[in-house]
Formats: sequence, C-alpha cells, structure tokens
Amino acid sequence: MRPADGAGPAPAPLMRLHAAPDKGGCDDCRLSRNELATPMKRKPNLSATLALLPTWLVAVVVFIGTMAWSIHLSFTGSTIFPSSDYVGLAQYAKLFSSAKWLASLHNVLVFGLLYVGGCLLLGFLLAAALDRKIRFESVFRTLFLYPYAMSFVVTGLIWQWMLNPTLGIQASVRALGWESFVLDWAVNRDMAIYALVLAGVWQGAGLVMVIVLAGMRGIEAEQWKAARIDGIPVWRIYVSIILPQLGPALAAAGLLLGMGVIKTYDIVVAMTNGGPGNATEVPAKFIMDNLFGRQNLGLATAGATVLVLGVIAIVAPFRYAMFLRRKSTGARG
Amino acid sequence: MKNRMMLFLAGVACAGFLTTAEAGNKPTIEVLSSWTSGGEAAALNVIKTEYEKRGGVWKDSSIAGFGAADAAFQNRMVAGDPPGAKQGIIGLAAADFLKQGLFNPIDDIATNGNWAGVLPKSLLDLASYDGHVYLAPIGAHGESWMFYSKDAFQKAGIEAEPKTWDELFAGLDKLKAAGLVPVAWGGQPWQQTKVFNMILLSQVGIDGFLKIYVDKDTSDASREGVRKTLQILGKLHGYVDEGASGRNWNDATAMLITAKAGVQFMGDWAKGEFTVAGKEAGKDYGCMIVPESPGMVYIADSFYLPKTGNAETDTAQKLIADVAMDPAVQVDFALKKGSVPARSDVDTSKLDVCAQKGVDLMRAGAIVPDQAIVLTPQQVGALDDFVDEYWNGSFNDADAATTNFFTVLQ
Repeated sequence: MRPADGAGPAPAPLMRLHAAPDKGGCDDCRLSRNELATPMKRKPNLSATLALLPTWLVAVVVFIGTMAWSIHLSFTGSTIFPSSDYVGLAQYAKLFSSAKWLASLHNVLVFGLLYVGGCLLLGFLLAAALDRKIRFESVFRTLFLYPYAMSFVVTGLIWQWMLNPTLGIQASVRALGWESFVLDWAVNRDMAIYALVLAGVWQGAGLVMVIVLAGMRGIEAEQWKAARIDGIPVWRIYVSIILPQLGPALAAAGLLLGMGVIKTYDIVVAMTNGGPGNATEVPAKFIMDNLFGRQNLGLATAGATVLVLGVIAIVAPFRYAMFLRRKSTGARG
Repeated sequence: MKNRMMLFLAGVACAGFLTTAEAGNKPTIEVLSSWTSGGEAAALNVIKTEYEKRGGVWKDSSIAGFGAADAAFQNRMVAGDPPGAKQGIIGLAAADFLKQGLFNPIDDIATNGNWAGVLPKSLLDLASYDGHVYLAPIGAHGESWMFYSKDAFQKAGIEAEPKTWDELFAGLDKLKAAGLVPVAWGGQPWQQTKVFNMILLSQVGIDGFLKIYVDKDTSDASREGVRKTLQILGKLHGYVDEGASGRNWNDATAMLITAKAGVQFMGDWAKGEFTVAGKEAGKDYGCMIVPESPGMVYIADSFYLPKTGNAETDTAQKLIADVAMDPAVQVDFALKKGSVPARSDVDTSKLDVCAQKGVDLMRAGAIVPDQAIVLTPQQVGALDDFVDEYWNGSFNDADAATTNFFTVLQ
C-alpha cells in the first residue's frame, strides 16, 4: 500500500562511505556520518546484529512480505477475501481499460509536477525573502510553517469551503457587490485538480521554506561580501550563486514532497472526493475504494502493484545516477 | 509510534480483562455499527434498550461512516475476530460472507417469529441464502422520494404536486423564475445513482426494473427505458446550482428547510433533518414518490451475525435477532430513524404521512430493491461511475450512454 516506503532506502550502504557527508538527502547524511565514525573495516558485531534483527525482520516480513503478498493477490480473482483463483493478467487488463484508473494516473502526474514544483518555487522565494535579515523573521517563519502543522484533511476542508462557489470566496465577493465574480475551482471539472494543487502548495511551501532557509544560512557570508563588491544585483546572487549551492536541500525537500504525492489520498477525500466526475481521482483513492467499498481485492492490488512499479521506474534511474556520481567523486577524492 | 503501540497493547489487555469480567451468564454481544448521527444513534438505542431489558449485555462498537465501519468489519472478519453483530444491508453485500459460511443461521428464530408471514417476500428472500435465514431485518428505507419545500412551492406559485415529469419540469421552471434553486442536488456518486434509479423505476415499472437489474435484460424495451431515464436525468442538470458538486445530502436538505431550494430527490432518511429543524411532514414540507413511479425503491438494514465459535455469543445473536424483529421495537426504531418498519403487520398510526405512504407500498408489494441489494459491490461501483460520468460529462448524449449502461451490468 505504501510503495514509497519500501522502494526508497535500498542500495548498497557501503558505497556511502565515500560520499561527502554534506551532500545528498538528510537521512543519507546521518547514515554517512555514522558509517564514517565506525572503523573502515567492519567486524561482525553480535550485539549490533541482534539489536538490528527486529528491524530487519520487520522490514523483510512487513514491507517486503506484504508487498509480495499484494503482488500475488493481483493475479487472482479475489473479491472480498483473498482467494487463490488465478486469473493471470486479467486484473491488469481490467485496470487499464478503466477510465477511472487512467484518469487517476493522469491526475496524479499533473498534481505531482505542479505541487512539487509550486512548493519548491514558493518555498524558495519565501526563504529568500526571510533571508534578507528582515524584522520579525521568526514570526513570519512560524506563520509560513503553520499550514504544514495541519493535516491534509483539515487543509482540504478549508480550501473546499473557500473555493466552493456557494459558500466561499465567490459568495463573499458577490455579497460585496461584484456580481459577476467567479471562483468555482472546487466544483469545476477543469479546474478542480488545480484547486488541489493550490491547497497542497499552501500547505507544503512552508516546509520547503524552512529547509531552504537552513541551507541558505549554511552558505558563507564571505560569498555575499565578494558578490556585493563586484556589484552583482541581489536577484542575480540568488539565482547564480545561492541556488546552485542549495541543490541538496532542494533535493531533500523535493523527495519528501514527491513521496507525499504518491500517497495523495486524504486531501482529495476531504476536498473533492475524486470529483467532479473523475477530475481529481488519484491512484491511492482508486485502490482504497476497490479494497474496501467495492470489495475488489484483485483489482486494488493490481493498482497497487502498478503504483510500486511506477515508483521503482522513476526512483531506480535516479538512484543509479546518484550511485554513479558518488563512485566517481569517491574515486577522485 | 512506540507509545501508541504500548497504549494499544494496554487497551487490548484492558478489553480482554473487561470481556472476561463481564461475561457472566448474560448473553453478551458486541455490535458494530455506523449509526452515529443523532437520529441513527437514537434508533439503535431502541434496540439496545429492549435487548438489555431482556437480560443481555450490549457492547457498542460504533464507527462513524458507512464505509469505515464496513472496512473495519471486513478486516476483523479476515483476521478471524468478528464482532457479535454488524449492522449491514441485506442482499448481495452479504453474499461473499454467506458463500464462505461465515454467518450463523437463525432459522429457529425466524420460524418461531413467523417471519415468513410478516415480512414482504422479497425482503425475506434477500435475508436468506440457500434456504436458510441468516440476516435479521431491522427496517427499510424508501428511496423514491421527492421532498419539496411548501414555502418555495408557494413562492413560485406551484399549487399541486406534479403528476408527471413534464409537470415537474414546468414547476422547476417556475421555481427558477422565482429566483430559487429548483433542485437541491447532492453531487456525490451514490446520491446521483439513487436519483437515476428512482427515475428508472418511473420509466420501466416494477417488472422492467427487476428485469434490468436482476435478469440483466438487454431487450429493446429495457434500452428504451434506460434512454428515457438518462434524458430526464440530463434535463435535471439544467436545474441545479453550481455548488451541487460534492454536496452532502444533508446540506441539500438544509436548502429545502431554509426554502432556498424547491425539491430534493433523496431517501426517507432526509426526514430526520427536517425533524431536527422542527419541520413537520405534510405541513412545512411535502413528500411524494417521484412522478409516474408505480412503486418505491427500497433498501433494508439488518444485522449480520458472524460465526464467532463462542456458544454464548450464539445465544446473544439469537436474542438480538428476535429483538430486532419485535413489532414494538420496529415501530420505535422507524420513528427515530425516519425509516419504514420491515414488518408489514405493525401499527402505523404513530408514523408520519410519508412513512405511512411507504408502508402502504410495502404492503402492496410495490417495491423494488436498491442496486446495493441486487448487484455485487463491484457492479455497484461501476454503476456509480457510470452515472457520475454521465452527469458530469456527457449528459447531452443519452443514446451513447444507454449502450454503456448495459456493459456496466455485465
């Protein structure tokens, strides 16, 4: 059900020994530091092995085991109970002839790109604004981060009300006298997916801001001085000097948001429940609906399997590229 | 995470302790239901009170939301830890459990209580499987209702209840002209499907309806009926407001209560909202079966009684089945929940005008089952998708949609 959890932290930890500690996502840093602290040549340590055993068991049995079980079920005609009535690829054929599933894939792609992109852009701009040593910085920082403290369900409900033409912004503006004002995103088939993006970005931008701001604070002040002496405009400093150095921070933020995209469920349920029509249907909701409401275990697990494969297809080349890069930097350093 | 786990374990330990402590020789039953809203909880309490009066111990496991309660029940069934009773819909929704032999039969209770004599035949058939009675019917809901605000009708100058769809559309035009929202529409798939079904019944009649859903008939007569149904549904699209999409049914009912909208197509549970707002059936709001309809679509609630392997629970299950079918309980329950008693031999004098109309139709056998009763959950989902897609997209093209409809039922 949560492929992102299983598919993420896999490849060879040994290679991380050569990674520069300040590069890569934050969980990578922690790992690398720990590994750097241990002696280069590893001895089998009984107590460490014993201590890690439960985690290993959980990882193998719970994550990999249930994933294998789900994939197995996707080849059966299971309805409400798991059955061993094998139907081959029939569930997959059914899945890809379902307009709802295809719509959900399309939607999650559009939502994912705009949501991650929007959060990164807005988060970076907010961070840059706060980085200008403004007054009441901590107040603004808290304010911008607050939406992230809210669950997606609350976020979804708030924006559903605001974008509902008969209750929210549209009704208020019309009540003020502007009769032709239209803002009906939550109920408009063509705009509903953007309403989701809007709510998502509102919620997620604060997180990106904090991560990026931390990254900016790590940049040496000397660079600023040097750039100012050269008379480079501030915006140019951000784009050409600061931004390239924020790669790891942005990658970490992007990864966090990307994992959220695959799991997108609660905000959709709270805000549009997949509607109008199929306009905001997403894979996770399709799977949940079939798992329970429609008692169609076979189809639901087929959907989940496709989702896992999709994640692997996206993540694997990315990890491989990182692996190659580390290998080359490791060889040089 | 760790703390939560500890809490959970502690909770389980406590629950286990309580179970052993309480289970003297009183029949104890855990009842899993989704009836948590005001009227629903009050209705469930009627059964609980009578059950306790007869010496049972009732343990409430209510989960808000029909789907959530269903998911919890499925998980517990699969895990081999079923509750003693679960509120559920009669018909195919229970079929998978019955096929696997997971429920306890209650033939003796049904025979002693003369269920065959007091329940409509179609209802008893749906509560049975393979010649045995398994489900204990609690009450039925009529789903062919059109509620209307008398204030709104007056404002628009509509004097009489419309007898045909043409008259209704003429009335809706008047409502529109009076600046009101003609139809308070709940734009969620399940609500839309219910409207589709009530129109379908009005177009093809009782036999035609059963032919389409039960026999999966695809004759020209059935096709013509579906086509006309879709045309009427598509026409309704012009009479809803822009906030309709995704609207909850009770929010739609509120539009009638405040006389902002004229009519709502909904099941009789909408009466609960009127009652809470202090409105009276027949006086402040009217209820009629949709125009041209020869009968009523219904859905019936029952108790599922899973096998638990515990003799004490078996006794408790028989008791709760008997209590649920008690004539006095059925009337009280129906009053609180806004439903119609499943038994047709009860005293109807206490029921409101709408429920009385419903009982009359049930007695006359002029009822057809809701799609959730005669279709599998997978087919119900596909039907919801179909109606939703038609309503939101191609509502101008009834011919193409008619062809799609019959593929949904395959």
